[in-house]
Amino acid sequence: MHRAAALLLFAALAASATGKEAAPAAADPVLEKRVMALAEELRCLVCQNQTLADSNAPLAEDLRNQVREKMRAGKSDREVVDFLVERYGDFVLYRPPLKATTILLWFGPLLLLAAGFAVMLRRVRLRRESGDAEVTDADRKRAAELLASGDPK
Amino acid sequence: MTRFAIPIAIFVALLALLGIGLKLDPREVPSPLIGKAAPHFELPELHQAARTFSERDMLGKVWVLNVWASWCVSCREEHPVLLDLAASGAVPVYGLNYKDRREDGLAWLKGMGDPYKISIFDFDGRVGIDYGVYGVPETYVIDKSGIIRYKRIGPLTPEIVKEKLLPLVRELDRA
Repeated sequence: MHRAAALLLFAALAASATGKEAAPAAADPVLEKRVMALAEELRCLVCQNQTLADSNAPLAEDLRNQVREKMRAGKSDREVVDFLVERYGDFVLYRPPLKATTILLWFGPLLLLAAGFAVMLRRVRLRRESGDAEVTDADRKRAAELLASGDPK
Repeated sequence: MTRFAIPIAIFVALLALLGIGLKLDPREVPSPLIGKAAPHFELPELHQAARTFSERDMLGKVWVLNVWASWCVSCREEHPVLLDLAASGAVPVYGLNYKDRREDGLAWLKGMGDPYKISIFDFDGRVGIDYGVYGVPETYVIDKSGIIRYKRIGPLTPEIVKEKLLPLVRELDRA
């Protein structure tokens, strides 16, 4: 009986704990969800390794408010992002756009992979061409002698 | 020895690359506003709330817009440089008091000296956002046709004023 009560209490505590983690109750949960989803994709300029959604910097808060306001005014995600890029540059985007200046960023890893592959291929081919060393009867005899002598050296 | 030549060359190249990386300032975000028209604003002045100032009032002049706040530590460091720049008369300096309280901003100017012809009061930081401000102080040079020609994020130093800002102002003045 006690155990059941304790379990119930525990369950209630756990429920209230997750309740605290949830997003703040906003006037419009659908809008809020959209704001936060977009903010996840945007970089906070003050603490540059955080997203706008994570950051507590005052500027991040201001920018979230701007995003919210623009969305409320019926702007699309694209338009909101463009608004921010116009002011802060591509830097605010966690997914950089594919442009002439970002080609290396996008394809650099692929290039390195290809280079690594080329080097490996060349090595394998070289090794194959040089072939395994021929084992002669003399070698065999010497190996047998060494094994038989039992000398670890 | 030659079998080590390639790995050593790669290592040295990597070292050079990392060395360059150390020198770069990741906080320096290139502004997309350079070469574009200064975003429009119409804000109350800090000293006289009833009067407004707009970037359009400055058409035909080369001017400097400096974003500052009384809560900003680097602004304190920058302030003497701005006072010198203003005193030299080389270029008019205007201030944008960013996300500050009016009385704090006024007290700061009273105590430290006022390099600004006019300071405007951007209480909610809206104009700051339009100008892509993310780290006060920031400084813009705006040309006669209202185009942003230069942006400095972080405090101005005497070197930057002498080597970048003033030559640019002279060039723009001649244009």
